[in-house]
Amino acid sequence: MNCTESRSRLHAYLDQELDLPGAVAIDQHLAACPECKALFAAQAALRSGIRRHAEYHAAPADLADRIRSKIGASPADVPARRGWRWPQVGQWLPVGAAAAAAAVISWTAAIQYASVAEDQSVAEQVIAGHARSVLTSHLIEVASSDQHTVKPWLSSKLDFSPPVPDLAGAGFPLAGGRLDYLDNRPVAALVYRYRQHVINLFVWPDAKSGRVPPEALAKHGYNVQRWSDAGLTFWAISDVNAAELKTFSEAYASAR
Amino acid sequence: MPGAVYARMAQSRVQGRVFAGLSAPGVEAFELDERSRARRFEQLFTQHLDAAYNFARWLARDERNAEDVVQEACLRAFKSLDGFHGDNGRAWLLAIVRNTYYTWFRRNKAEGQSVPFDEDSMAANGHDVADLESAIGSIDRILQQRDAQRLVNAALARLPEEFREVVVLRELEDLSYKEIATIARVPLGTVMSRLARARKLLLQHLQQAQRES
Repeated sequence: MNCTESRSRLHAYLDQELDLPGAVAIDQHLAACPECKALFAAQAALRSGIRRHAEYHAAPADLADRIRSKIGASPADVPARRGWRWPQVGQWLPVGAAAAAAAVISWTAAIQYASVAEDQSVAEQVIAGHARSVLTSHLIEVASSDQHTVKPWLSSKLDFSPPVPDLAGAGFPLAGGRLDYLDNRPVAALVYRYRQHVINLFVWPDAKSGRVPPEALAKHGYNVQRWSDAGLTFWAISDVNAAELKTFSEAYASAR
Repeated sequence: MPGAVYARMAQSRVQGRVFAGLSAPGVEAFELDERSRARRFEQLFTQHLDAAYNFARWLARDERNAEDVVQEACLRAFKSLDGFHGDNGRAWLLAIVRNTYYTWFRRNKAEGQSVPFDEDSMAANGHDVADLESAIGSIDRILQQRDAQRLVNAALARLPEEFREVVVLRELEDLSYKEIATIARVPLGTVMSRLARARKLLLQHLQQAQRES
């Protein structure tokens, strides 16, 4: 990426409107180009200056009541109300029932969609966390293949204690661990290796507890396995293929 | 999750009709409708009234006119409530505020008061380029001044309204490019280019104000 390209996307980058590969490309350019970095720093400073200093004009206290009285007081001003008249209810009853059914369906769909959207957002964060750790060489804070070193280190810095089994026997030696920040909370990141690949396993407590069987996702060329057990949520991510990542998750789940 | 809330509200509205139909037809059903309709509006409007007023206040740059715009916009919103099926009530209301401002309020405004806007004529001259360059080096210092708040508000108020609105929606309402594009009725790329120009102009305005003070 050159300076022209980087500057044309600087605002989208600043506003977090770029996808992950796009943002990573800018990250790399900024790390190498002091001019673009200064430009970005100035824009970031301007932005936080506006957010801090520009006045947010809250509505005057009596405005809401004035609007309510306008809407309530003179129905003649509100012709749309006529559309709500219900002249022959009996005739419309089947339609009403169908609409009620449709509303129930869309409500259920909305709830499901909400949880899917939530998962999507966590998945994006997990992928970003993995990419960040690999790209910025911020992979390991406590480097050790000894589970009895990694586990106490993580437990001392978190409000929970993730299982840290050594899976060298299964072909996944432990490389270490670090703290990361996902889903609006600090999480444990365990780092395992598989041949030349890195597997990040993110672990954090999950209020929804209960056992959720492993589920595989694939996104941006990464494979992800997620499951929940005994009040903890696990997200394994790597560029190894899906079958190998599944083997890893099973080895981890059975060893813990 | 607003979508679920609206779906639930739509559901209760429909049930209201059905139950009313089973007991007493006509007037009572109408009243139930009215009540849930008013409830739906009440929720939308109390939730987003501050956003609506802040947006109108920055567009009109005047308290009384902002109140008029918001009142008119809320009446319009109430009338078109049946047409709103989305889950983004804030963007919907802000789009109506903007529309109200540009049609209803602008017509009543004396000619020549607004800051002229011409996307092409906003190209910077040599003087501005120098301001921009020195602003990039000194923005931190400008923002640490005691009157930073006044400088920032003045710089924002000086922006032509087409630039001012995207900055207000982005920085004060924290809306995405997509939401801003819907509200301002411009393509996504235009949102980005207007934000880029707006921020350049803001840096220049801040630098000029700094030099003059």
